[in-house]
Amino acid sequence: MDSRDEEEIYQEHILDHYDDPFHRGHCPGATHAHEDDNPLCGDVVRVELRIDPQGRVEQAWFEGDGCCVSQASASMLMEKIEGLTLDELKHFSAADMLGLYGARLTPNRQKCCLLSWRVVQEAVHSPIANGGADGSPDAGPSPNRSSDGNSKSADDGTQRRADSRK
Amino acid sequence: MAVAQTLPLDPARLRKDFPILSTVLHGDKPLVYLDNAATTQRPRAVIDTLVDTYEKHYANVHRGIHWLSDQSTDLYEEAREKVRRFIGAPQRHEVIFTTGTTGAINMVARSWGDANVGPGDEILLTLMEHHSNIVPWHQLAERTGCRVCFAPIDDDGLLQLDALDELITDKTRLVAVASVSNVLGTINPVAEIVRRAHAAGALVLVDAAQSVPHEPTDVASLGADFVAFSGHKMLGPSGVGVLWGREALLDAMPPFLGGGSMIRRVRLDGFEPADLPAKFEAGTPPIVSAIGMGTAIDYLTAIGLDRIHAYEQMLTARAHEQLEALGGVHILGPAPEHKGGIVSFTVERIHAHDVAQLLDRHGVAIRAGHHCAMPLHKRLGITASSRASFYFYNTPEEIDVLVEALRAAKRLFRRD
Repeated sequence: MDSRDEEEIYQEHILDHYDDPFHRGHCPGATHAHEDDNPLCGDVVRVELRIDPQGRVEQAWFEGDGCCVSQASASMLMEKIEGLTLDELKHFSAADMLGLYGARLTPNRQKCCLLSWRVVQEAVHSPIANGGADGSPDAGPSPNRSSDGNSKSADDGTQRRADSRK
Repeated sequence: MAVAQTLPLDPARLRKDFPILSTVLHGDKPLVYLDNAATTQRPRAVIDTLVDTYEKHYANVHRGIHWLSDQSTDLYEEAREKVRRFIGAPQRHEVIFTTGTTGAINMVARSWGDANVGPGDEILLTLMEHHSNIVPWHQLAERTGCRVCFAPIDDDGLLQLDALDELITDKTRLVAVASVSNVLGTINPVAEIVRRAHAAGALVLVDAAQSVPHEPTDVASLGADFVAFSGHKMLGPSGVGVLWGREALLDAMPPFLGGGSMIRRVRLDGFEPADLPAKFEAGTPPIVSAIGMGTAIDYLTAIGLDRIHAYEQMLTARAHEQLEALGGVHILGPAPEHKGGIVSFTVERIHAHDVAQLLDRHGVAIRAGHHCAMPLHKRLGITASSRASFYFYNTPEEIDVLVEALRAAKRLFRRD
């Protein structure tokens, strides 16, 4: 009854991620964070990472608001990147992300799927000022030079999302 | 069918005039076009007018001393007269052809606004305005130091009239309000707003993009000072719209865009503007689009705007009833009797973009997102909604298709 290509977008395991996401919320002791949106449709994803001194992703959490594709793909990505080294993360390409999602997506919906991937790639360059959140004494390493611009835009984005949810 | 006899008009017959409405997509799904608040479709008569004008009557207007230019000019000015009659404007030269509603509102903001608004002055909008009736005023505030204020709405999506008296003060220079909300469908009490604004010495601009195509408009009885609307939302071509303004106001306003047509005389040290309406129609206007809009007006007039309005309210009532019965669907805006043919809604735990994508599988075209009304969505506490918007060519059966498609979407998302 429905065309097959479209049907694939909403496969059961994708809906599972959408309804019961992996690590949705704040990352305890986060060392890195970034947030961005898709200006066209307003999907928002914030990613918080806890990266250990050896440069391995200990924990990956996300928050966000948007369509099934953007939120389910974020959940899949968090699950995927925990345990990866920063080097492995750097080599996790956009094509890998689309492959992880699985379903075939039109170019417009690919942007939804790649939102969290873009945010993760920025997050590893965006250490949280004064170290980990939630009072964690261990700030973790800054594997790359700090980028005030990125940290700031993450903060602005948080404010924007909080406003839009009032 | 029995149902057709009780309807104010015969959509099945009228649909035959619209070639695009017989489209079948995704193999076997008839197009169910419910995105009319974004833009409507065109009947054969309008399409033929465009072709006919280009093939037989086209030249630039008000310029050539030749037969073809006379033809083109006559048709263009005839279209202006059709608009005048359609909206009950006293004078033909009060009808300014623009690029659309957005172009018309920007013209007022730039021309009237820059000349008449200063620091401390206030422009009053409502929370349900389209971005095209917000951003030009924010830009005016940036240039002049005036303040932009917003009249609140209640939880049903109705304008809070009792708040207006406090908001309209001696600082208020203009109240700019949508006659019908493009998201909520709310029909605003424009005549009452005009009465209160004029009592305080403020002017009123009406964004009539969502009302002129759907109900009778009479600018004289409306009492407003400026009225803006678009051709493409009323069966006409895109790229043309109208600003109607009171003659005295338009006469006193400086020209907006400078160029050809809008001048009486150009010297090395300056220029003298032309009379209305040319003063506000710099450059070659949207000639063929305006002529096509004239044909659209003929078509709408032949059906009757009263009947169109009554029929669309029937569709809205039917949509409300069926969507509410579906469960898990939250309809935005007031009860159907306060609405035009616009029904926006959210579906529990299915994002609007997913709703639109799933409805598309059934051939149903709706709009999903913030519909160029982000402040309104923020007020409603949501980031996006789905919008079904009707025109006279939509059928009651198409609403059944919409509801069935939503039922299927809920099933797929395991929300039933």
